[in-house]
Amino acid sequence: MNAPAYNFAYLDEQTKRMIRRAILKAIAIPGYQVPFASREMPMPYGWGTGGVQVTAAILGPDDVLKVIDQGSDDTTNAISIRKFFGKTAGVATTTATADATVIQTRHRIPEAPLHAGQVLVYQVPIPEPLRFLEPRETETRRMHALGEYGLMHVKLYEDIARFGHIATSYAYPVKVNARYVMDPSPTPKFDNPKMDDCPALQLFGAGREKRIYAIPPHTDVVSLDFEDHPFTRYRFDAPCALCGAGDSYLDEIVTDDKGGRMFVCSDTDYCESRQSAGHRGSESAAPHKERAHG
Amino acid sequence: MAEPQDVTLDDEPLLVAEHLGKNYGRLTACRDVSFALFPGEVLAIVGESGSGKSTLLQLLSAQLAPSAGRVSYRMRDGVLRDLAALGEAERRFLFRTDWGYVHQDPAQGLRMAVSAGANVGERLMAVGWNHYGRIRDTASSWLERVEIDTARIDDAPRTYSGGMRQRLQIARNLVTEPRLVFMDEPTGGLDVSVQARLLDLMRNLVSELGLAAIVVTHDLAVARLLSHRVMVMKGGRVVETGLTDQVLDDPREPYTQLLVSSILPA
Repeated sequence: MNAPAYNFAYLDEQTKRMIRRAILKAIAIPGYQVPFASREMPMPYGWGTGGVQVTAAILGPDDVLKVIDQGSDDTTNAISIRKFFGKTAGVATTTATADATVIQTRHRIPEAPLHAGQVLVYQVPIPEPLRFLEPRETETRRMHALGEYGLMHVKLYEDIARFGHIATSYAYPVKVNARYVMDPSPTPKFDNPKMDDCPALQLFGAGREKRIYAIPPHTDVVSLDFEDHPFTRYRFDAPCALCGAGDSYLDEIVTDDKGGRMFVCSDTDYCESRQSAGHRGSESAAPHKERAHG
Repeated sequence: MAEPQDVTLDDEPLLVAEHLGKNYGRLTACRDVSFALFPGEVLAIVGESGSGKSTLLQLLSAQLAPSAGRVSYRMRDGVLRDLAALGEAERRFLFRTDWGYVHQDPAQGLRMAVSAGANVGERLMAVGWNHYGRIRDTASSWLERVEIDTARIDDAPRTYSGGMRQRLQIARNLVTEPRLVFMDEPTGGLDVSVQARLLDLMRNLVSELGLAAIVVTHDLAVARLLSHRVMVMKGGRVVETGLTDQVLDDPREPYTQLLVSSILPA
């Protein structure tokens, strides 16, 4: 069902070459933001134009693509990007983390451990971790070049001074390969430890800001902190209401207008595969029905 | 007046300028300036607007590349090095450890949106301090030293008055115990009583810490209060230099005489 009007995976081959060169450079210098000539994509900025371009550049006919948005396979953004590549590249798509070779994500890392050979593509809105403290791009690039990262700790200091603990809960800065400080895109800091020594390749694409960066497999990724205020993960202290998982990152879902709410896994694939394996939470509808496959 | 911090270095100059000059196209902002600054010494550069004072300060602090001449600085290891030959990383490191730079407008020298504590702590974090409690303790002891109420450690400087901002800027610069501080019109824009308090504070800090300082000012009273030596500039040249009381009480050059006589009697 390859639409003949488009090249494979939408982008023309020269653009893909350009993006691949940027990706190779990014892999060679872990955590370094490589500028690239970001293209207009048939979707608005902020909807994952950077991630889509990276995915388009690395996708081959044999790849199996999974797209998640906040962990979910069935939100508008995830569905439309999955359909986009289904149509323009004709690649197989899946919702199962283990089966995918390329996973494009917005704001989450899947709960199921990634394995070698997989590529995780992040959609990044603001790639510069120092941006909100230092507005000048010339200055932030110089700071990266010289490894001057005192300013990053100023942000964490401010958190502790105001809230008594490091209150940054997403886009939590990390140091990659003991060199570059990197913004891990707005993933919750719960996911930060999964980046460290990950067997999969992690690519980050920022379409509007025209930057690509990468974490090669098995790279050290350390979350910044203070000796007396060490980095901690954060999750709601509750099991998933649908699958009972006590280790997954949870979404809070408001169920009525009287304060009712439930906590469920943000990773829908993880939650559904646990449910089909027989795990139950406090709110699950019994008996469990087979999930519909997309 | 000031006790030298390190006796062994006392007779060796800290900063040496040789035949410094700067042209902006055909305009000469500064020409043929030579002097040596010794540890613990405070030098005032005075002159009217457009006399090249600020250009000279930027040349001395390696923020501008000179068109002619050179500036050398004695590093902490005792070796005199040409600033132009330092790498950018070394120069920036020097700038946030061994040097301080007090801007006339505190908004340029401070991060107005982050708390006073973080402003003071930033230099410490930049040199690798990684313990929140110790950074905070050091910051609060410095706020005390510059007479800022430590209860306001978590307030952003934009909520501070002009005089407090300037004192905070000084604390932020001195926290890494620099040996040389550049000050560009440090009392400009402050009212007279605040100026007096700030000058008193700076004079004490300079003598307590054995700081060397280069102060650019158009206010001869500032020069008289703070400095040991004065350099008078006009049209980019140094027209007179000498001990502060000697130059101000017994000026030889006509221009200096004019400057001194222009002070309004109190």
